[in-house]
Amino acid sequence: MKEFVTLDGNEAVASVAYRLSEVIAIYPITPASPMGEWADAWASQGKLNLWNTVPAVIEMQSEGGAAGVVHGALQTGALATTFTASQGLLLMIPNMYKIAGELTPTVFHIAARSLAAQGLSIFGDHSDVMATRATGWAMLCSNSVQEAQDFALIAHAASLQSRLPFLHFFDGFRTSHEIAKIEPLGDQVLRAFVDETRIAELRARALSPDHPTLRGTAQNPDVYFQGRETVNPFYVECASTVERTMNLFAELTGRQYKLYEYHGAPDAERIIVLMGSGAETVHETVNALNAQGQKVGVVKIRLYRPFDAARFVAALPVTTKAIAVLDRTKEPGSAGEPLYQDCVTALHEASLAALPRVVGGRYGLASKEFTPAMVKAVFDNLSQPQPKNHFTIGIRDDVGHTSLDFAVAFSIEPHNVTRAVFYGLGSDGTVGANKNSIKIIGEQTDHYAQGYFVYDSKKSGSETVSHLRFGPEPIRSTYLIQQAHLVACHQPVLLERHDVLELIEPGGVFLLNTPYAAEEVWSHLPRRTQQQILDKRLKFYVINADRVARESGMGKQNNTVLQVCFFAIADVLPRDEAIAAIKESIKKTYGKKGEEIVQMNLRAVEETLAHLYEVTPPAKLNGHLELPPSAFLDAPPFACNVFGEIFAGRGDALPVSAMPADGVFPTNTARWEKRNIAAEIPVWDTQVCIQCGKCAMVCPHSVIRIKVYDEQHLAAAPATFKSCDAKDREWAGQKYTIQVAPEDCTGCGICVDVCPAKNKSQARLKAINMVPQPPLRDAERDNWDYFLTIPETDRRLIKISNIRQQQLQQPLFEFSGACSGCGETPYLKLLSQLFGDRALIANATGCSSIYGANLPTTPWAQNAEGRGPAWANSLFEDNAEFGLGFRVSLDKQREFAEELLKRQASQLGDELASAILSASQTDEADIHEQRQRVTALKEKLLGLKSDEAKLLLPLADLLVKKSVWIVGGDGWAYDIGFGGLDHVLASGRNVNILVLDTEVYSNTGGQMSKATPRAAVAKFAAGGKHARKKDLGLIAMSYGNVYVASVAMGARDEHTLKAFLEAEAYDGVSLIIAYSHCIAHGINMTTGMQNQKAAVNAGHWLLYRYHPEHEHSLSLDSPAMKVPIENYLLMENRFKMLTKSHPDEAARLFEQAQQDATLRRRLYESLVSHQSGSAESKPDAEDKE
Amino acid sequence: MSLQTNYLGMTLRTPLVVSASPLSQNLDNIKRMAEAGASAVVLYSLFEEQLMLERYELHHHLTHGADSFAEALSFFPEPEFLHFGLDAYLEHIRRAKQAVDIPIIASLNGTHVGRWTESAKRIAEAGADALELNIYSIPTDAELTGAEVEQNYLDIVAAVKEAVEIPVAVKLGPFFSSFANMAKRLDDAGADALVLFNRFYQPDFDLEALEVRTNVLFSRSSSIRLPLRWIAILYGKIRAQLAATSGVHSAIDALKLLMAGANVTMLCSVLYERGLPQIGLIERAMVEWMDKHEYVSVAQMRGSLSQLHCPDPTAYERALYVQAVHTFKPQTL
Repeated sequence: MKEFVTLDGNEAVASVAYRLSEVIAIYPITPASPMGEWADAWASQGKLNLWNTVPAVIEMQSEGGAAGVVHGALQTGALATTFTASQGLLLMIPNMYKIAGELTPTVFHIAARSLAAQGLSIFGDHSDVMATRATGWAMLCSNSVQEAQDFALIAHAASLQSRLPFLHFFDGFRTSHEIAKIEPLGDQVLRAFVDETRIAELRARALSPDHPTLRGTAQNPDVYFQGRETVNPFYVECASTVERTMNLFAELTGRQYKLYEYHGAPDAERIIVLMGSGAETVHETVNALNAQGQKVGVVKIRLYRPFDAARFVAALPVTTKAIAVLDRTKEPGSAGEPLYQDCVTALHEASLAALPRVVGGRYGLASKEFTPAMVKAVFDNLSQPQPKNHFTIGIRDDVGHTSLDFAVAFSIEPHNVTRAVFYGLGSDGTVGANKNSIKIIGEQTDHYAQGYFVYDSKKSGSETVSHLRFGPEPIRSTYLIQQAHLVACHQPVLLERHDVLELIEPGGVFLLNTPYAAEEVWSHLPRRTQQQILDKRLKFYVINADRVARESGMGKQNNTVLQVCFFAIADVLPRDEAIAAIKESIKKTYGKKGEEIVQMNLRAVEETLAHLYEVTPPAKLNGHLELPPSAFLDAPPFACNVFGEIFAGRGDALPVSAMPADGVFPTNTARWEKRNIAAEIPVWDTQVCIQCGKCAMVCPHSVIRIKVYDEQHLAAAPATFKSCDAKDREWAGQKYTIQVAPEDCTGCGICVDVCPAKNKSQARLKAINMVPQPPLRDAERDNWDYFLTIPETDRRLIKISNIRQQQLQQPLFEFSGACSGCGETPYLKLLSQLFGDRALIANATGCSSIYGANLPTTPWAQNAEGRGPAWANSLFEDNAEFGLGFRVSLDKQREFAEELLKRQASQLGDELASAILSASQTDEADIHEQRQRVTALKEKLLGLKSDEAKLLLPLADLLVKKSVWIVGGDGWAYDIGFGGLDHVLASGRNVNILVLDTEVYSNTGGQMSKATPRAAVAKFAAGGKHARKKDLGLIAMSYGNVYVASVAMGARDEHTLKAFLEAEAYDGVSLIIAYSHCIAHGINMTTGMQNQKAAVNAGHWLLYRYHPEHEHSLSLDSPAMKVPIENYLLMENRFKMLTKSHPDEAARLFEQAQQDATLRRRLYESLVSHQSGSAESKPDAEDKE
Repeated sequence: MSLQTNYLGMTLRTPLVVSASPLSQNLDNIKRMAEAGASAVVLYSLFEEQLMLERYELHHHLTHGADSFAEALSFFPEPEFLHFGLDAYLEHIRRAKQAVDIPIIASLNGTHVGRWTESAKRIAEAGADALELNIYSIPTDAELTGAEVEQNYLDIVAAVKEAVEIPVAVKLGPFFSSFANMAKRLDDAGADALVLFNRFYQPDFDLEALEVRTNVLFSRSSSIRLPLRWIAILYGKIRAQLAATSGVHSAIDALKLLMAGANVTMLCSVLYERGLPQIGLIERAMVEWMDKHEYVSVAQMRGSLSQLHCPDPTAYERALYVQAVHTFKPQTL
């Protein structure tokens, strides 16, 4: 009897790679990170490889570092592997040339992903692997989860046999993240492929002083060429080796693969050639079309390098007349995409009697859907007398006119496959429940199962769509469900946002989680939904899953409840059997977390069935609920027509012409989203408020705004608009308002947590309190709109060193999609308030680049004059250099502008020129005046005809001071970007570096960085980090001319403000290391600022400023360590869970963490003492708590 | 001279027992307690409800934010094993037993029967010599009657007694309408000893922050008055043994409580304030006092001033309060 498991592609591959390796070097990158995470987790659990030893798993500082370690491990005779994708693979290329040039067997497993070009994409295509095709590596492509597992083995085995390194790749997300039921490979099968002789040869070739050899020589023109040609026989033999390996694999498993695998009519005339998951969709479509009498086929390319032309040509039916070669990549300016060119060359060299017509096309970039309709369109193109060549499929190209039209409605979804689509929010556990359901069905029935999950790009209030298929045969549909038997909407609000029932088949089943009872729910449905239910004659079920979950103790996690509903109505398993399976699964999944967690879920199972009701719809519509109009309708045309469409989920329909050719987009756009994700929003109490400004300062989403204004601006205010007398003496006689943007708030509650004012009659109330949003939405929307019409305070009149006043500055970073309660964004907002109207920001890839610029919108905003931060992301690893480039460029252009100005001073006016050239621009007033002067200068330049005037005009704005900010997380600053950062620190140039230090790779899901503190549990540090955190600030201080500040807004906000002002004012390199609490810490995000304070009070985080120009450069601004560090550590799950997972290790590491903190404190005290002769370090008087 | 006493079926070298506190979380402290002369150690309390909350909390943090964003489908590695409080506590019992020769008494703290019996069984299996049930309840529900509260206590004691073979002491507060009756019913329910009294953390206000704070307030010698009275009243009237806790700071305090009828006197605040060596110093002072006053054993003095044996049994009753008030002459008003 066959054994089956249900898992995703990453786990399937990692399972094989782990068992066949001794050294595994890892580094996180989407979508390959889980492979490294599995390897690290297994190693930390002591899981053995095939030789009964635990592989050495090591996290490196970058993919380049991982490749280097693998290279070294291979040279010293170990079986080594790594996992990566995208830019990470690019960083490995130099080592890949070396590894191949030295004929060293290894396998790199790649979850193939797009490369950053006009924009970054985390999604799947072959751009990355295609960039390595010249390295000399063999390249083996798998098309499904089953194949990914199988080819992982074939690649390792063939590499050992052939001595060629193998790149084993599969489609990022579509295969890496698809959950499928597959036949696993047991150790005995793996063992059959391990040739110990080859391993002995590898060992024998290893570097050893016992039989010394020399590698990596420098070779001259006389012999390099000959040396390069020595490897040819290995490449000639490789295809045969892989073929033999595949044949042996077939003998042992029954699964026969071919290097170039043809499927279709034996006498097919039209053929599609491609590789990757799309080949399975073509396979499925070929079956459907041939069943209709067509003669079509598909050649799946397994071994892409070395490309065996003869075997490829032999795979084609002799009847072949036309071939479409599909590439999932783009190579601008080439004669054609890589696979196309290889096929053309192969056919040309084959000396066939009659060459088939060959065309090439691009499809599926960045996981663009590739559907049977598109496949059909490609075949139809081949039927044309003059088929379009170099076409695209899946988009509408109204610029280059490359695209093929396709009939969206064409569907071949098999009748024997059950299809279900689930709409949920990230926070409700929908995806987790569906993964669980797939496992249950996969393991309890004979059905094959497939799950694929679509996430949106927001980190707060994110939506998920789950696509589940179950059927009697392996599922080849590598595209989203087009016709569903069942649709479940786990959040009623999604009915307003999406056409949830678009995909449901007539007669299908619709499950809705709703607070309304069965008899009243109908009138609460949008009219569109009612219409669809009636038109499609749907069976309609409702449950109040939130209530059942709440009453079962599950809180907001309604996943178990809705999972039970699914099984109750989906008819994929007998109900009792399904319920029993769910219960068993609950015990298995949650058993180790405690009996309470098991019981809580079991209670939910029991309660669910009693609260699931079928609704009999009335015969006609009676709903009055219309879908709310999009806020983008009020936006400028581009934002409305492009961003609005993307936001509405219609981005796939946008034509090429809608997109900018160079990846340049407008800012100031997050304001149009109006996501309305907050259940509660803060409401201001004018009577209690002390007008300190802290609520606005900490608001991670910039939804709390303050204005001080003349009373006349209240004349037309809405009735509920709040205002009171301003308390600051300098604002005497003016009015004061704190206004919340109700539709942009995420409801994190941080503002309430930090509010220091309390209601004197009810101490639980503060000056700002959380109140349910829906009843307030309309009134507060009007108030917000009105608030925006009140003029901003003149920046020159604001005392920016005082938070109360400084918070009047308009944030030019607003409404980001960061996690609710994010600890990073308050710093960025502060930056934008202080310097945003003259800031250029180089942003390293990571959380801040994702919430900063993930389409459709950006939180980077503009003021009324149209000024605001100019933002760009280059890469993860080069951000410091990228930002330094800004500075060098700006300085050079300013210098040139000054030279031009001096040379034309007499024409432009000596007084004006002199004033511009001598302006200090040290405060807002100076900068304001300089802008006035430059405006006057530009007017004068327009009147001049000289060549130099024309040269100066476009440079004139450079004469106004610009503020360059290099922003990124700790993964960038401490690890992958550290080399460049170090160079920039040493450059002496006027750049400001802001490190948003969450002490972990947050964006990729919490992997350890060198900023991770000792004792913290993180991915790649499951047993708690053993080493102490790198002291980046101390390294920077060692240069002596770098301004360095270590801040934590939640501990001392005035200190943070002061550091930002000093850093920007310092004419040299400034580094601010900003402690940022994070969802990856396992904390209550509402009280994240308290965690920051606790971190400082316990000495976990030091507050200090190092100013090179001050007599006493170093100021230690932290209070004396007030509490044992353990008090702080136990506040955060990242530390606390170690006491549960590794109690002894926790005790040891906690003690060491205390020593770290104490020693570091003493070190800084001694540095202070050394410079001032006093061991005392006192916080600045004005900063004192 | 013999300081030997009997408590929970064990013969102890002296009546000086360390009461439950976080001090015993550290194994080195337990060794130092034994070295200083403690005759037994009651381990820190295992808080059942807290353990439950911990499990919910961990589950929450391991799942919060998961499967929401394509690049970060989780934020923590999935732990292979989890050692929740009970596991760690059991391990601590085993290590303490290995580390010292004196008896180790485990302590369970909670308000409902819940999973106490299961925990109690595993504590016994781990090698604890006895178990102290610390029933910590502030009944704030206005619908809850005193009888129901008392029955809850009795149910817990009966359930635990049924579950384990080792002796069980019950530590409780004084706030019962008829404490003597409650003591007798606990005795009937099977309690092997009563530990008098639990010192509830009392709330305080921080007027600057307008917050309620629960700070640890150490006992003073004067705190022994309450246990002194009730031990003296109960001595000889119930089967269960009596342990005195709250306010034992000196040999005199201990001697008084022994004379009231306590089998053991428990130390806590004094150890926090003056260090673990105080155990030995108190013992020496007891010996000196007994020597000076020609006592030959603790057994000799136990209960000598109890209500049963004291010259004036009414001294423990309300009349004394009236008398005390009438004779009180404040220094200043």
